[in-house]
Amino acid sequence: MSQITLTINGESHTLDVPPDMPLLWALRDKLNLTGTKYSCGKGLCGTCTVLMNGNAMRSCTFPASGAVGMEITTIEGLDSEAQHPVQRAWQEVDVPQCGYCQGGQIMTTVSLLSRVENPDDEQIDAALNGNLCRCGTYKRIRKAVKLAAEYTSADKKGGSQ
Amino acid sequence: MIAKASSRRSFIKVAALASGALIVGVSRTPSAKANGKAKIEVWEPNLYVRIDPNGVTTIVSKNPEAGQGVKTAFPMVVAECLNVDWETVKVEQAPLDERYGRQAAGGSRGTPDGWDDLRIAGAAACFMLKSAAAKKWGVSKSECAAENGFIVHKASGKKLAYGDLVGLAAKEKPPEVDALELKSRPEEFKLLGKFVRGVDNKKIFTGQPLYGCDTRLDGMLYAVFQKCSVFGGRVRKANLKEIERLPGVRYAFVVEGGTSLRGLQGGVAIVAETWWEAESARKKLRVDWDADNANSTTSFEEQAARLAKQEGKTVREYGNVAKGFDKAHKVLEASYYYPFVSHANMEPQNCTAHFDRSSGKMTLWAPSQNPGSGRNLISRTLGIPQEKIHVNLTRMGGGFGRRLTPDFMVEVAAIAKEVKEPVQLQWTREDDMKHDFYRPAAWHHFKGGVDKSGRLVAWDHHFITFGNGKKPVAGANLSGKHYPSGLTPNFRLRQSMIPCQVPTGPWRSPGHSAYCWAFQSFFDELAESVSVDPLQFRLQLLEKAHGTAPLDLHRTRETLKLAAKTANWGRSLGEGRGLGMAFHFDHGGFTAHIAEVSGDSSGKVKVEKVYSAADVGPIINMSGADNQVEGCVIDALSTAHGEVTVNGGAVDQNNFDDYQLLRIGQAPDIETVYLQSDNRPAGLGEPPIAAATPAITNAIYAATGIRIRELPLSKAGVTIG
Ligand code: FES
Ligand code: FES
Repeated sequence: MSQITLTINGESHTLDVPPDMPLLWALRDKLNLTGTKYSCGKGLCGTCTVLMNGNAMRSCTFPASGAVGMEITTIEGLDSEAQHPVQRAWQEVDVPQCGYCQGGQIMTTVSLLSRVENPDDEQIDAALNGNLCRCGTYKRIRKAVKLAAEYTSADKKGGSQ
Repeated sequence: MIAKASSRRSFIKVAALASGALIVGVSRTPSAKANGKAKIEVWEPNLYVRIDPNGVTTIVSKNPEAGQGVKTAFPMVVAECLNVDWETVKVEQAPLDERYGRQAAGGSRGTPDGWDDLRIAGAAACFMLKSAAAKKWGVSKSECAAENGFIVHKASGKKLAYGDLVGLAAKEKPPEVDALELKSRPEEFKLLGKFVRGVDNKKIFTGQPLYGCDTRLDGMLYAVFQKCSVFGGRVRKANLKEIERLPGVRYAFVVEGGTSLRGLQGGVAIVAETWWEAESARKKLRVDWDADNANSTTSFEEQAARLAKQEGKTVREYGNVAKGFDKAHKVLEASYYYPFVSHANMEPQNCTAHFDRSSGKMTLWAPSQNPGSGRNLISRTLGIPQEKIHVNLTRMGGGFGRRLTPDFMVEVAAIAKEVKEPVQLQWTREDDMKHDFYRPAAWHHFKGGVDKSGRLVAWDHHFITFGNGKKPVAGANLSGKHYPSGLTPNFRLRQSMIPCQVPTGPWRSPGHSAYCWAFQSFFDELAESVSVDPLQFRLQLLEKAHGTAPLDLHRTRETLKLAAKTANWGRSLGEGRGLGMAFHFDHGGFTAHIAEVSGDSSGKVKVEKVYSAADVGPIINMSGADNQVEGCVIDALSTAHGEVTVNGGAVDQNNFDDYQLLRIGQAPDIETVYLQSDNRPAGLGEPPIAAATPAITNAIYAATGIRIRELPLSKAGVTIG
């Protein structure tokens, strides 16, 4: 066991973790932040995606101890009223079927939109290619990413006025 | 016009709560005070709606939610008939309870089964609110109308909110079921047929706990369960002492299993403070297995080849097949094969349980499509009386039929029985891939005869499937009444079976999703042999029945025509592009798809677009309906990549690297259209998948000249870009 301090959703948490425990399990089992999901454990599906210093990362293969000093954002940390532009777009399009993969899809999209303001189909596909959706909501995901881009730029304009 | 419900086996029950709330429920059993005011303790509603004095309407959703949208769609039906503002409705998930009747998500049965009761519950509550208002105002009930949560009296302009009427309404005599007028036609609906968003969305988008694996209880421990990778293998001995000493590990023990592949399988349970510690300990686990299962894909193939040379057992025969072929203008033979496939739910199997030793009560939190069967299995296996097993239902990260089999429920219950604390069993992806109940493989050997105009004059089909003893294994059956039986004057279906010690089970639209592909591909081959357009071939096939029709010919034809019209079938596409079509009927739903594919003979293919038409009666939630159709199309294309192979009684595949699912870049655009009617509604979770696969492979042929007779697609060198 080693004691580490992680910054998650703007709050600092001190916890004891086995040295090789992936961030995913520290979040889920140590901190009860169960919004980040397990599906493959091998970096193959993207359901466990979180933001680390703003970049989408697979928490199932990233050791918790390696995350010390980073700004970690999980799906719980976006907006608790679901008013983040990506959450709003997901609601407008009604993307989910089972919904299990959607936290990961949303986090990947947040990271994409922080780099690319108006992604085209190719850029969307490239960014989200690592996020599987077994239910097959891909058509809606594409639509929602574009809408989220619109909301984001509208918010920015609104903010600068 | 408002139609009456077709079957009235239901009873209305009413209760008033101390809080002033009115509860109106529907039950399938008449109580001593049927249609009277029953006491809440003896109340046995199938479902119910509660209206609180503050105007909030709560509708209980009894069926488990796996992404099929039932938790939104069912309450919508109640709300429609109650004439209440959807925004004021709250939905609650019911636990497993006899009072709710069948609580399962399978066979697309939720919608058709619930249709009457849901409408009755809403309409009965509305009826009583109206009666109460009419009495209060001293006017005739027929002058009162229900609008958006209010009863209004047009003539006087009087208006009262439902919340203000509940106290009075509770004193009203409930209506007779037959006196209720139930809406059934799309034109009558205000809410049904609209695009309504999922009731759990906010929780999903903010990462709130919802799924089985999100269950967290005070003092809860985490378990892994190591079963033998060889099906049916049992533990001889294991290094438990060593495992118990590993960090975080609290318990390690052997669970004795039975001999049935559908029951509790033996294995080693490791229970630790965190799941990661349990899983890390498992890596050090050494088990001496007693395993004896020689099933393999190669031996299945050899047996299938041998059986193909034999006659097989005739399942159904009419007319004279030999004569039919003699008279045919063209006779064609072809063989089709598809492999075992996995359900691969995104949320690997898991379940949480707590066994209270003093009361002997077992409580579960189960992501199960059929919690009742889980309770039965637990009771039978562990000797716990049914009434001492309480099951809470959680949302599921995908079902597709996998979670109809309750193996994970009995496993966690067996572990919980040995452990003081509540315990969550979480399978790895690898556990999930290696211990699924797979959709069975099959071989189809077809011989078909057509006349000059492309009419099917004779059909002989040898179906090679899996079965132990007399019957095919779960999910491996094909009925002799299935089309093209009944659509040709001369027909024969023969069947041979290979013994199978690989667990199989229902997979989204059991069977249909597999064999429809073979039928509809061979139809295209027959059409081409006499240069008849695939649409014309199918419309001719569906023109008249020979004996009893295997499906409603009119509705099938109209669905197919609608798909063809939407896709503009027959348009010229140019080199390297093609359209392919297929239709199907299962679980009460009529569907047809047309796929548009680009590609060339190298096998590199892109599915550009799929046009999908469905007739499932009225659409309840347009968003949910589109989502299911789109999901089915993606599932079809995804599963056409999948192959589970068996070696030495164990599955070779492990994870999403060797069992590939479709990714976003490979996903086509999808356009959905519906034929709506007041036919009884069918679910859409299953019907749209079957015909999607052959529509795509027929389009691949049209675009590239590659005829796919074996799945996965890679066998024909086809890759989807
Ligand atoms: S669980 Fe991390 S990528 Fe699949
Ligand atoms: S919505 Fe079910 S896996 Fe994506």
